[in-house]
Amino acid sequence: MAYRSYILVCGGTGCESSHADKIYQNLKNEIEANQLFAQVQVIKTGCFGFCEQGPIVKILPENTFYVQVKPEDAKELVEEHIVKGRPVQRLIYNPNEDKNRSSLVTEEKDIQFYQKQFRVVLRNCGMIDPEVIEEYIARDGYAALEKVIFDMKPDDVIEELKKSGLRGRGGAGFPTWMKWNFTKNATNSETKYVVCNADEGDPGAYMDRSTLEGDPHSILEAMTIAGFTVGAQKGFIYIRAEYPLAINRLKIAIKQAKEMGLLGENILGSDFSFDIEIRLGAGAFVCGEETALLASIEGKRGMPIPRPPFPATHGLWKKPTVINNVETYANIPMVILKGGDWFSSIGTESSKGTKVFALTGKIKNSGLIEVPMGITLREIIYDIGGGIPGGRKFKAAQSGGPSGGVITEEFLDTPIDYENLAKLGSIMGSGGLIVMDEDDCMLDIAKFYLDFTVDESCGKCAPCRIGGKQLYGILDGISKGNGEIEDIQKLKDISLAMQRASLCGLGQTAPNPVASTLRYFENEYMEHIVDKKCSAGVCKDLLQFVIHKDKCVGCTVCARKCPVNAISGERKQPHEIDQSACIKCGACYEACKFQAITRG
Amino acid sequence: MARLTLEELRKLRENKKAEIQKRETDNKDIDVIVGMGTCGIAAGAKEALDAFIAEIDNHNLKNVRIKQTGCMGFCTYEPTVEVKVPDMPDTIYNKVSADVAKHIVEKHLVQKQLVSEYVFDRPSVDILKNK
Repeated sequence: MAYRSYILVCGGTGCESSHADKIYQNLKNEIEANQLFAQVQVIKTGCFGFCEQGPIVKILPENTFYVQVKPEDAKELVEEHIVKGRPVQRLIYNPNEDKNRSSLVTEEKDIQFYQKQFRVVLRNCGMIDPEVIEEYIARDGYAALEKVIFDMKPDDVIEELKKSGLRGRGGAGFPTWMKWNFTKNATNSETKYVVCNADEGDPGAYMDRSTLEGDPHSILEAMTIAGFTVGAQKGFIYIRAEYPLAINRLKIAIKQAKEMGLLGENILGSDFSFDIEIRLGAGAFVCGEETALLASIEGKRGMPIPRPPFPATHGLWKKPTVINNVETYANIPMVILKGGDWFSSIGTESSKGTKVFALTGKIKNSGLIEVPMGITLREIIYDIGGGIPGGRKFKAAQSGGPSGGVITEEFLDTPIDYENLAKLGSIMGSGGLIVMDEDDCMLDIAKFYLDFTVDESCGKCAPCRIGGKQLYGILDGISKGNGEIEDIQKLKDISLAMQRASLCGLGQTAPNPVASTLRYFENEYMEHIVDKKCSAGVCKDLLQFVIHKDKCVGCTVCARKCPVNAISGERKQPHEIDQSACIKCGACYEACKFQAITRG
Repeated sequence: MARLTLEELRKLRENKKAEIQKRETDNKDIDVIVGMGTCGIAAGAKEALDAFIAEIDNHNLKNVRIKQTGCMGFCTYEPTVEVKVPDMPDTIYNKVSADVAKHIVEKHLVQKQLVSEYVFDRPSVDILKNK
């Protein structure tokens, strides 16, 4: 008997942390209690992407999209929607947050957040239960593997990848077919390896995690295809231990694939054998760099080594190794199934296909999005992201994490691809996209990322180890009011030295946030240095909160809000801030209804 | 679970595909909406709903969404079912038993003919439009 309704519950980490699992359990219990288990199936899927509005529950066939669901809503959802066929109005997405709820949007396709998206990598996320292999198979899963093993030769696969124009999604954008071809043609060893880089470490990035959580089999299938193409029999997925849900789903997926003969000895009865193991990383950022990652898999300390030779010929245990990022692999089955020509029809001249971004920061709809290459930042921020909350003004977007840079307002209409971002002094990176508004201090942003890279530098080479520390010291000085005009040139010189002389990508790109913010916001640096001011109100040492006696009515709100009792004054008399006690938290500034407190 | 051969994998995919396609909502242009108010259920709407699901499966129709709704207001004529097929008038059927449901799938959804004896109402929108 077929089911008449399906309840899809988001099982991504974001929604799980808002008790999605409890919602799932409650829904199952309610279905059980109403004796509907034969008619209604409750499924836990991967990430729907609309994390801002999570936890998400979708009910089919009506295709009703419920947002911000709580575990206690399960009863109402089942009793009203499932039993009586009445949508639960209060849980339907209300984009304008109007009280009359006159502009509710019931279906996913009508939600603006989804309208400019195009899903290739995330094709199964939010659609299938990632822990059930049959669901992946039903969505053409393992059909690409089947095609490759039985109908294609390794050279055909390379040719298809070449046609597709697929480039590495880990950051640098190296053509995938070339990598595979180098390893395939390597003659220095019979033993070869396939490695998946799932060591996603950029602050604010969670594309790879969501892909692994929502569709683990697509990665296994793609790695197996890579194994067949280059002649490898063994693959490793290097994933950080901080991703327990993704690791768990990968383990389940590997077990299921092995049981079905889609992984292991003689796949689908052919003479091709391939096995995949998981290796856990301890969370060192540098291990996202491929040579450091390979060292870590070998059991050594995760430190990079100079290239060439490249991993394609001298990788894991000095054997030829294909190493790609999660998102790159997730594209592979689609390239094989739909063809390279189809894939290359999406995107721009030099950058084909789609890109997944983790959209965060000062944005209304934060979440996981997949867009065709060539979309503009304006479309991402205003159409998909819904703009900046609170009527604030857009200042910049940061792409590429600690290795990237900022994109300013004047470039909002530049089509996003690898080359254009590089021209603007940023990089595509793995896909973190952090939106900043006028309340963000660019100097502070640069300082934040440097703090991160200084912390994560492995210390092997001097430019990165010493340069990073020095850069951070100068920025810290400027943010505390100790900056001098010469500091600007020093920042530029040290940045250049690091970019030129560092051993690996981490050191080479660590100064990027500094260089890029200096390029577009030198005036903000000068303001900190010359005027000793931070107009965004972030650098605390440069701030002073003052109560203006003529405007203060003595309502005492600020004094009550102050966490350190630094504000004194009689009721109905002007108040005063004790500057020596003030911790500059800004609570009084936000609390004052009479604009009597200024920040400066 | 046993290791699959190529044939078995293909067969498994075919079998599961029909099931998972029910979850997709794109490209479905026919709606069958069953009134499942208390009155409808008491009059046998559940049996009708089950019959629709089974019969649509039998005919392997992939473009149909079966929805349910509350009481449509014609309590004496329950179970009521609204059928929306493109290029055909939206139609409300009354007294839809399991057998009638089967009949509706065959005639209305497959052969694109109204099951006249059970049509309760041609909605007035159609009549107004024609004027």
